[in-house]
Amino acid sequence: MKFIKYLLVGLLFGIVLTKSEAVSWYRIYEMFHFQSFHMFGIIGTAVVVGVIGLQIFKISNLKDIDGQPIILADKEKGFTRYLVGGLLFGLGWGLVGTCPGPIFILIGAGFWGIGVVLIGALVGTYLYGLLKNKLPH
Amino acid sequence: MTRILADLRGFQNQYNKLHSDIFGLSLIRVILIALCIMFTAFHLLLFLQQNKIIMDIFYGTWPWYVSGFLIGSVMLLLIYFGKTFGMSSNLRTMCTILGAGKTSDFFRFDWKAQRWNLAVVLGAMLGGFIAVTYLSDPTVPTVVLNPTTVTEVQQMHIDAPDGKLMPDALSSAEALKSPKVLAILLIGGLLVGFGTRYAGGCTSGHAITGLSNLQLPSLIAVIGFFIGGLLMSWILLPLILK
Repeated sequence: MKFIKYLLVGLLFGIVLTKSEAVSWYRIYEMFHFQSFHMFGIIGTAVVVGVIGLQIFKISNLKDIDGQPIILADKEKGFTRYLVGGLLFGLGWGLVGTCPGPIFILIGAGFWGIGVVLIGALVGTYLYGLLKNKLPH
Repeated sequence: MTRILADLRGFQNQYNKLHSDIFGLSLIRVILIALCIMFTAFHLLLFLQQNKIIMDIFYGTWPWYVSGFLIGSVMLLLIYFGKTFGMSSNLRTMCTILGAGKTSDFFRFDWKAQRWNLAVVLGAMLGGFIAVTYLSDPTVPTVVLNPTTVTEVQQMHIDAPDGKLMPDALSSAEALKSPKVLAILLIGGLLVGFGTRYAGGCTSGHAITGLSNLQLPSLIAVIGFFIGGLLMSWILLPLILK
């Protein structure tokens, strides 16, 4: 089963985010009010590990599991979409305390009410698809 | 006899090849060995935990440096698998599966190429279930917040965590009967879905992957996340929950 490794990576992700309480509404509130280092520590450490790891990948010319060279596409240039889109996401994140990963994780953890957030997120994604060409990017 | 000798020689050649590979320490092997060590460590922890030796550490809040390291590793693993870490893309895939392609070009793409990401989602949901079911203990304190935070949220009629990940005021069966709570959850989700697609990523795609790859657009997006979050958390949230 070729998807099993992705399932296992997801499993690790779900456990870590739950046990570190990054999925908690309270932790997000605490983060935005600078009342704890916890969330900043998590994101900061992940980024430091990521920067070092990607540099090692680049320097060693590591091939991926299929033997293909590892190339990370640069993000498209732009300003408005990143700032405005980011701001809108931030408003939602601050309100319900869940970014997309935790939405799924919390539903798995038995918080059925977050299903309402998922419905909202799907509708939001759909609305973006409808309005995409009218929005400044 | 000669055939047996030839077989033995072939076996020795294979053995030598394996041997040199291990001591050549190609990076892939280093990573695999590191993963094996992590796997062993995980099981050791599980064993100790079952024997109630370090239960508190394992059942309690995992420290930020352990969690951050593991999340960074998840991202690197996915890149090693030839993919990229991004959870919000799954929302688009799900819209496509639900038939959104009928009304918008944005959803006309080969969603089957994204099945691996749906497997990650399924794994994450299972992970959430395992974490609360098997890796938690009511006697070990979790979600221990800054006391100021607890006082502040209580002033907004949000119950103190008491070990809960989500406040009852937003997620209990009782709260879900309130149209106001439903509206909060729906609008919050709407902003998350719309915002992440507009910005082209969320915490995993921009804050973790993008920043790790030193992408300026991701930095702009993360600054956006924080402006939005601060605005909500400091100004709008108290008005909404009052």
